Amino acid sequence: MVNLRVDWRASVALVGTVMKWLAVAMVFPLALAAFYGEGLVTFLAAMTVAVAAGWSLERLDDDPDLGAREGFLMVGLTWLAVSVVGALPYVIAGQGTIAHPVNALFESMSGFTTTGATVMGDIGFDTHSRALMMWRQQTQWLGGMGIVVLAVAILPELSVGGAQLMDAEAPGPGIQKLTPRIAETARALWKAYLGITALEVVLLIGLNAVGVAPNVTVYQAVAHGFTTMATGGFSPAARSIEYFSAAVQWLIVPFMVAAGTNFALFWHALNGEPEAFGEDTEFRFYVGVLAVFTGLTAVLLFTGGTLQPTRVGPLSGNLEQSVRHAVFQVVSLVTTTGYASMDFAQWGRPAQYVLFVALFVGGSAGSTGGAVKIVRWLVILKSLKRELFTTVHPEAVRPVRLGGRALDERAIRGIYAFTLLYLVIFFAATTLVYVDAARVGLDLIALDAMSAVAATLGNVGPGFGIVGPMENYRPFPNSTKLFMVFLMWIGRLEILPVLVLLTPAYWQS
Amino acid sequence: MRVIIVGAGEVGSSIAASLADAHEVVVVDTDPERVDTLTYSLDVLAIEGDGTSLATLREAGIGDADMIIASTDDDETNLVTCGTAKTVDDPFTIARVKNVDYLETWQHAADRRAFGVDFMVCTNLLTAEDIVRVVGLPAARDVDPFAGGTVQMAEFAVGDGSPVADQTVREADRFDSLTFAALLRNGDVEIARGESRIRAGDKVVVIGSPESVQAFAREVAPAETPSGSEDLVIIGGSEIGYHTARELEERGLHPRLIERDPDRARELAEKLPDTVVMESDATDAEFLAREHVDEADAVVTTLESDEKNLLVSVLAKRLGADRTVAVVETAEYVDLFETVGVDVAVNPREVTAEEITRFTRELHTEKVALIEDDKAEVLEIEVDGDSVLIDRPIREAVADLPDGFVIGAITREGRFIVPRGDTVIEPGDHVVAFAERDALEAISDRL
Repeated sequence: MVNLRVDWRASVALVGTVMKWLAVAMVFPLALAAFYGEGLVTFLAAMTVAVAAGWSLERLDDDPDLGAREGFLMVGLTWLAVSVVGALPYVIAGQGTIAHPVNALFESMSGFTTTGATVMGDIGFDTHSRALMMWRQQTQWLGGMGIVVLAVAILPELSVGGAQLMDAEAPGPGIQKLTPRIAETARALWKAYLGITALEVVLLIGLNAVGVAPNVTVYQAVAHGFTTMATGGFSPAARSIEYFSAAVQWLIVPFMVAAGTNFALFWHALNGEPEAFGEDTEFRFYVGVLAVFTGLTAVLLFTGGTLQPTRVGPLSGNLEQSVRHAVFQVVSLVTTTGYASMDFAQWGRPAQYVLFVALFVGGSAGSTGGAVKIVRWLVILKSLKRELFTTVHPEAVRPVRLGGRALDERAIRGIYAFTLLYLVIFFAATTLVYVDAARVGLDLIALDAMSAVAATLGNVGPGFGIVGPMENYRPFPNSTKLFMVFLMWIGRLEILPVLVLLTPAYWQS
Repeated sequence: MRVIIVGAGEVGSSIAASLADAHEVVVVDTDPERVDTLTYSLDVLAIEGDGTSLATLREAGIGDADMIIASTDDDETNLVTCGTAKTVDDPFTIARVKNVDYLETWQHAADRRAFGVDFMVCTNLLTAEDIVRVVGLPAARDVDPFAGGTVQMAEFAVGDGSPVADQTVREADRFDSLTFAALLRNGDVEIARGESRIRAGDKVVVIGSPESVQAFAREVAPAETPSGSEDLVIIGGSEIGYHTARELEERGLHPRLIERDPDRARELAEKLPDTVVMESDATDAEFLAREHVDEADAVVTTLESDEKNLLVSVLAKRLGADRTVAVVETAEYVDLFETVGVDVAVNPREVTAEEITRFTRELHTEKVALIEDDKAEVLEIEVDGDSVLIDRPIREAVADLPDGFVIGAITREGRFIVPRGDTVIEPGDHVVAFAERDALEAISDRL
């Protein structure tokens, strides 16, 4: 019998607390169900299960004390647990394809991890209730800034060790403590997040009021506020953002850019230092990357050589449309939001490959975006430049600098390790998905399989071909779907905190 | 004036020698031999004792002293000595330190009285500034840093072929953050007006940021002034080496620095973003050849021992470096260094003693630089609420003042501000100004 060195009871008990609180989040869809006169049973039942399960798990440890190891376990399990609880309404409602438990879990995990990949057959209010569709949107918003960050912000028992928890969850290497108390930092981040979301909702409603956004109801405004700032990508509209006017598409772009920005910068800006944006190396690089990708895509669309004109509207030669769709799609995929302003899977191959590369870029550290993250690419580029220099001058001592600060060599090694691991998992997972698809006779082309893995591991959402923005993940066999649930899970937590749970060294002394 | 000097090493003795003629000098040292030597060699009173002790200071007559200069080799001893002296009476206190952190703390204090020190001189920084003047601005006749190094005053001779010769000041004024203060011609001082014409043979006094002064030097004397592409090599990552590299960086230059210790090399590389730091032994001729140190325009040696500096300088010179500058701790070696081919030997103690002596002679509480034998000076004023300069545009303020007064630069909370007609000076700003002797006498109480 191996002697376990991890106090798993403490971790599980805290996961129980978080599950219990998730019931509170369901009050919103419950109220909507009452408002629209839809059945209340779905959410009441789900809430009961959440409270009961959470309460019984809490009994495992009356006074949970989290160390570093317990922290990893708690964070990892929390995301799994909320996804299971979040899937309950889909199963209980029993409407459409997502009533199947595997599909429900996929949809829920996709929601909380802000992936935005869907297995929903027909998206719309004919099959699904408005309350259920809003719950789907809301899971993304809850997951965006981070369930654990939210838990640290509101649960006093997590104030000690909260930094470790947030570190295990927050996108990007390391966290920035904005205030001396970690719970205050967590609250500051959530306030900025809430504020910008509210601003977007108000502006969307405003566009409707001035008559340039006919399809934007209050419901749609709230629903898209939830999934833009979370870089989620779910939409209650079957055609995603294509359903809305050009004005709406233009408005959403800056909010997606904001969602992929380090939220600490907003906090600094609100504290009277707006210059923080210009001084931040990562932000400058982020804007530069967006500009280059957009420029390239816009040229490809405008010249039209890459379009299959029979299937896509006439973009070529139309400057506004070329630029709008290029910037929207680039920003959407780089920030890992995953909205579509049109079916980009119908674009010509060159433009699609530009977008495919964009799937790996990711948002900034401390943003809600997924994938590898801008800051890691920046550090890798800078350290490669250093390598070239030291090859010629072997004695040169060159720290890699980020915004004037020299980076620790261990941090650089960590970034190399993460990125390599990310790519290894990407290739291995692509192979698995491919093989599993072949097993059930599903015809996949390489780009489709690769994009499906990149889109789930990077928490992006849509890919190309059969997983294009107007398609869904339903055709995959259940085994592949469960595997993708795993990919979304480790992708959201940046792989290492989850993988470490699978090592014997973690569990033993 | 009665002056007490604590510490009779090279710095203290040198200051004592300079001051002995005109002042009553008391020297305090813990070493009886030094006390003995001084008693016979200089017309001063030498006392054996510890300057940090109240009893010793009393014995030295602290009650009657006008000034106390703490110049031992130990920073903390000097600071404590000044603090101790202030508990008895209020003599003017001068402390010599090596650690730049102390200087920064002292400059940071709003009233510049931190540690009970009225004037602080930092050996490492002064030496670095001296080296940079030699290496970075060889064309300058005189260079003085102000406002903690944020502002520089420099005096340049304008040669026949100079691009600014035969231009008016307005035409020549194409440098950001640089003000033309005066033209010196045949021993006369002429305030630089827009229409003043610069002639070959004149000297110009400019005030500006270190980078703009460097840019100006590149324009007036391109052959002598190193540009960004020029190769400056510093060997030895001592504090002096570090500050030399930092000062060169501030002037927009990109030096290379060679340090043997891996940890120190890494530390320096982190602190110096525009310097290429190399970890190697500088006596390794193969390495020097591979890194083309032989083609360097200037090699500065700031290693920890004089012998190593000598060895490396001579080696670099033999390999073919254009100019070598070496730090020499032992004053007696200075001549020797220059005899065997080192172009400039800089002795930190000598530099410090000179600075303290010059300051003592001037006895100004603000930093000054003298121009043309006292006909004019560049001075740094911390502006307070009563000043005539405050709370109105410079254009208006200057109109009220005599002609021979030019505001060259302003620093606010350590940031450089280019003075323009509509700039409004705020309390607490440091103003670096050029003033003719007569003008200064007329207005000094209104500043």
